[in-house]
Amino acid sequence: MFENINFLLIREIISSVLIIMGVIFMLIAAIGLLRFPDFYIRMSAITKGSTLGVGLILTGMGTYFNEPDILLKVLLIIGFTLLTSPVAAHVIGRTAVRNKIPFWERTDLEEFKDYLHKEHSTHRDHERDNKHL
Amino acid sequence: MSLFSFTLIFAMAALSICLVLIGIRFALGPTLPDRITCFDMFVSNIIGIVAIYTELTGNHDFIDVAIILSLFGFLGSISFAYYLMKSTR
Repeated sequence: MFENINFLLIREIISSVLIIMGVIFMLIAAIGLLRFPDFYIRMSAITKGSTLGVGLILTGMGTYFNEPDILLKVLLIIGFTLLTSPVAAHVIGRTAVRNKIPFWERTDLEEFKDYLHKEHSTHRDHERDNKHL
Repeated sequence: MSLFSFTLIFAMAALSICLVLIGIRFALGPTLPDRITCFDMFVSNIIGIVAIYTELTGNHDFIDVAIILSLFGFLGSISFAYYLMKSTR
């Protein structure tokens, strides 16, 4: 029953579709990195787009090779990317807030104002404590 | 040249265009955190290029390069952010 089906062709087609989708996501992320007006908006575009793009490209590669150890390595890379990309984005965003990187002028900062004030005032307290020591 | 290898070469060309766009933002990014996020995107782009090159040549050994690269990209961006937080305090 299965002798008439060309499995290599099916794998190539599925892999091509997944890789093209991933590359389109990467391209959208790169255009967003170039065109968005603010550091924080650019960082959100990068984190989502590049994670999804790398995941789709690696899934396409694992589908093409059709071997268990390749699939294990691909799942390892995808899991590591999903785990570390939001953590890195959070650390860099927090560093940017600490260093007073300016927001876009049309960003709505009403609910965020208390946190910004607290963050900057505790930052100054740290400076004073270090000077005291 | 089959349609499949044409697709792979097209994907590599599109990822190279991505690298050029990231390089432009790296050159003109106004602050240092912009450049750190550019570095992050750069590393994930290189992982995609390594994956497509593995599929193009059929050599399995290049996947380990992608694993190590994903590890070191995270380490690099975290250490840059830590350095920035320590140096301005």
